[in-house]
Amino acid sequence: MTTQMFGAPIRRKEDPRLLTGGGRYLDDLGQHALAAAFVRSPHAHARITDIDVTDAVDVGGIVAIYTWEDLPGKVAEPLPLLIPHPTLTHGRTGYALARDEVNHVGEPVVMVVATDRYLAEDACQRIRVDYELLPVVVGIENARDGAHLVHEDAPGNVAAHMVQETGDVEAALATAPHTLTLDLAIERSACMPMEGKGVYARWNDEDGELRIYSSTQTSTGVRAAVAAKLELPLAKVECIAPDVGGGFGVKIMHPWPEEVLVPWAARLLKREVKWAEDRREHFISSAHERGQLQKVTVGFDDEGRVLGLDVKFWHDNGAYTPYGIIVPIITSTQLLGPYKPGAYRCEFWSLYTNTVLVTPYRGAGRPQGVFAMERTMDAIADYLDLDRAEVRSRNFILPEEMPYDHGLLFQDGRPLKYDSGDFPASLDKLKKLVGWDDFEAYRAEAEAEGRKVGLGIGCYVEGTGVGPYEGGHITIETSGRVNVATGLTTQGQGHQTAFAQIVAQELGVPIEDVHVTTGDTRKMPYAVGTFASRAAVMSGNAIALATRNVKAKALRIAADALEVSEDDLEIVDGVVQVKGAPTTSMPLGTVAVLSNPLRYAFDDAAKAATQFAGTFDPDKPPVADDEEPGLEGRDFYSPTQATFANGMHAAIVETDPVTAEIRILRYCVIHDCGTMINPMIVEGQVHGGVAQGVGGALYERMAYDESGQLLNASFMDFLMPYASEVPHIEADHLETPSPLNPLGIKGAGEAGCIPVSAVIASAIEDAEGFPITSMPISPVELWELRQRHETGELPSLRHHHGQHQTAAAPSRDQEPTA
Amino acid sequence: MKPAPFVHHAPRSVEEAVDVLAQVGHDGKVLAGGQSLIPILNMRLASPGHLVDINRVAGLDRVEVRDGDVRVGALVRHAELEHHEGAYAALPLLRQALVNVAHPAIRNRGTTVGSIAHADAAGEMPAILALTEGVVEAAGPRGTREISPADFFLGALETCLAEDELAVAVRFPRFSPGTATAFAESARRHGDYAMAGVAAAVTVVDGVITDARTSFVSVTDVPSVLDLTEVLGGSEPADADWAAAAEVVRGHVEPEADIHATADYRRMLAGELARRVLAQAAQNAATTKGSSH
Repeated sequence: MTTQMFGAPIRRKEDPRLLTGGGRYLDDLGQHALAAAFVRSPHAHARITDIDVTDAVDVGGIVAIYTWEDLPGKVAEPLPLLIPHPTLTHGRTGYALARDEVNHVGEPVVMVVATDRYLAEDACQRIRVDYELLPVVVGIENARDGAHLVHEDAPGNVAAHMVQETGDVEAALATAPHTLTLDLAIERSACMPMEGKGVYARWNDEDGELRIYSSTQTSTGVRAAVAAKLELPLAKVECIAPDVGGGFGVKIMHPWPEEVLVPWAARLLKREVKWAEDRREHFISSAHERGQLQKVTVGFDDEGRVLGLDVKFWHDNGAYTPYGIIVPIITSTQLLGPYKPGAYRCEFWSLYTNTVLVTPYRGAGRPQGVFAMERTMDAIADYLDLDRAEVRSRNFILPEEMPYDHGLLFQDGRPLKYDSGDFPASLDKLKKLVGWDDFEAYRAEAEAEGRKVGLGIGCYVEGTGVGPYEGGHITIETSGRVNVATGLTTQGQGHQTAFAQIVAQELGVPIEDVHVTTGDTRKMPYAVGTFASRAAVMSGNAIALATRNVKAKALRIAADALEVSEDDLEIVDGVVQVKGAPTTSMPLGTVAVLSNPLRYAFDDAAKAATQFAGTFDPDKPPVADDEEPGLEGRDFYSPTQATFANGMHAAIVETDPVTAEIRILRYCVIHDCGTMINPMIVEGQVHGGVAQGVGGALYERMAYDESGQLLNASFMDFLMPYASEVPHIEADHLETPSPLNPLGIKGAGEAGCIPVSAVIASAIEDAEGFPITSMPISPVELWELRQRHETGELPSLRHHHGQHQTAAAPSRDQEPTA
Repeated sequence: MKPAPFVHHAPRSVEEAVDVLAQVGHDGKVLAGGQSLIPILNMRLASPGHLVDINRVAGLDRVEVRDGDVRVGALVRHAELEHHEGAYAALPLLRQALVNVAHPAIRNRGTTVGSIAHADAAGEMPAILALTEGVVEAAGPRGTREISPADFFLGALETCLAEDELAVAVRFPRFSPGTATAFAESARRHGDYAMAGVAAAVTVVDGVITDARTSFVSVTDVPSVLDLTEVLGGSEPADADWAAAAEVVRGHVEPEADIHATADYRRMLAGELARRVLAQAAQNAATTKGSSH
């Protein structure tokens, strides 16, 4: 056998290039392209009354200035609503350039094209736009009360209202021995990839062809969207994702206004045009996520088993709904986690506000749902004075109950049906890893030193690998080089390595010979994109199937040439050989030569395939009737449903008794994404996810004021955690293979960030002894909660196990802690 | 995020720099490390027509440890001063504070004098200049003058430097024997602008506190020194009334609210940090007799 590649923690092939400055990102391309810059709305809600560009035309180097009135045909129409849904009764999208109304600060109003970005921005500064201000809707409460409307024709600011129910919730709650109601809140955050969005368009006027480079998570999506807007044949448009410096969801949205306008301007001007988003633009004109208010009513028995769960939540979708209501649908379904909810009803309202639009951000509605469910589990445990892990385990779906159908529809419109998972085993591993049963002793020790510590827990299930499909295409060259193409894109996940591992394993070739291309519509025009933790599941399996096809073909050709049976052949280290008699063999490269009969001997390898080489049977056609020339394989993977990964996290936090500063002392992860292609890459994904989760739990928020201005639109004031804020992550894995796909794999991309807010809230609550219902939480907020707790406004937990039954006021006699 | 057009001047001497500053007047801005100025330019929060880049001016890049003080030239980077062993031996407070100035990458480029001339009350080094009762040396067409912190800092981001004056160095005087110092700040993330920060210098003679002072980061308009000798003087460090000192600190500071913290929280924080650094400095002063730390 060839060295085991699948499942090996091999180092990422792409890293030496990326870490030594060899990456080629969007703004590294097109150094001589014209630059675009945009005048963006400074107001959250206003009517445009006049645009005066007179002063800008004098700026040297200005090539063109466009407003909505300059846009032709479909470019002037609203941007597409990508994912319609029957309950999205009032879906609205913006224009590429604002037509007569702006609905959030940052909406593009005027496009300037100049010889460089500096001059383009100089011109932008001289353009005067007059606005008539309209009432602004910021925050879910204001959206919900509907006193002012974002869109006049969307009453109550409601874009969508959806209810899913399984069982009779009212009856279950009415008869449950105990019920509790929780009011919860989660703030906004955003993806914040290191590289912002960007698009670079090259119009070839002679051939009438457009090439687009986009920093995207879906090059096929951008290609189709731009071709439609520009009314070009799809065959005349190609889109390439170069190296992409992170996505986290924001780059699955398409087309962004700039992705339509830049190619349009390039065609009109017959010049190359480029736009690279800057950080302020990313804050105010890309997308945010997370913001929700939730009301959970739960009915349960004396053992803590949930009998009925009634969830209502209000989801802030920002100014427009181009990506539909995917995020709240995910919240409403993934909220259930590893538990059997008894009867379940979830009702949500997706609401407009005059803020940046909301599209999926890593986790995509799950962190909110998990927060609701896990806060509920902790509340039940406290109410009944039960161990929090024990309450969870009593509600688990058990391995023998798999596959488990919740009777709901998931985000892909297909049944929410868990394929596999062993939740009791995961919990057991987690409790051991964090030392769950020893924590009270640790707490007592810490208290003796005047320290406050708390232990938190959170569990989740994540539907990954949603369809519709991805493809894989393999070609083997006469040199033995194996080219692999898949259409979805890469933005740091290590696809060059993971996909190569699959091919090396399946085909039996050295990994060094395998070269993976992603996100290039020239190489694979059929693809969906990289989102929903789907790349490994979808493209991984498609590539495996394609590899099996090419391997079968290679064995057919070699069997014929070696005059042995296909069944007797194997491929080891790139050589086709007879099992047990490896001297009867042929390199894969030679098989590639034989697969492609030639007329011309353009090199030595090709000579063997030419017509007078004497290597063929004169009675057969050069290419058999049921074969195609070339050593190629292609296949697609299209599953009937998502595969469900899961994980459980625990954390120990310390809160300063005086200053309320919050420190994560330990962070433990048990993660189950089925069979792992590369455990090191999985662990890296988990680490990155936890880091983003820590941001969402303790640091990040979008600080909008009442007029809709984003007050922290920079990395100075939007607090992504630094390495110094991210705890050491202790991770362990469980591998419960998915029965749904050939490789048994489940997605891992989003996992890490999903339960972190729930876990940290659980731990802080445990340290403080009063409920934590809103995340993120900052030291000042915790300090204020302590004051409210001290005055009795905020009740204590019923059964807190720490000593801090009353909030610690700044103590004056405490020893200095230098 | 590209700056508006500006003329870049690269003088080779202090005289030349001062000449250029005099010519361009209020439309000029001095560029040293650029760690505050460049982001401001890129965000077009300011668009001066002329940048007077002093990075090529000879003789401004020296740290001089002298009998009475540490003299720091206008081109000395934070990192150089932070790692300067002589400066640390003479005045440990410099390193105690400098490790809190943003991040290593910013300290590699940003200058200590530039940070002081920027006069941001959220900066650490203005507070250190104040606590040490240091001196700013300014060169202008009318010659050189020496300015005390009290005269130098006029308000937020505002100093008494004239348009045609260049801060060429600052001097941080050493503390008297028996004095130890401590610094602490609390920021939302490590290296961020502090929500509050406190520097303390406490002198202990024969086991008794004879002098105690603090200065503050982010909780006063301009760097100022609070003398706490009246509260703490005469006590032994083991039983000094730190809580009373913290109370005086809370009364002294004038914090403002922003999106990261309320004024009340900052006030609490200033008091608590003062309590901690005063106690720490006093303890160090008591245990390291005769040494200046």
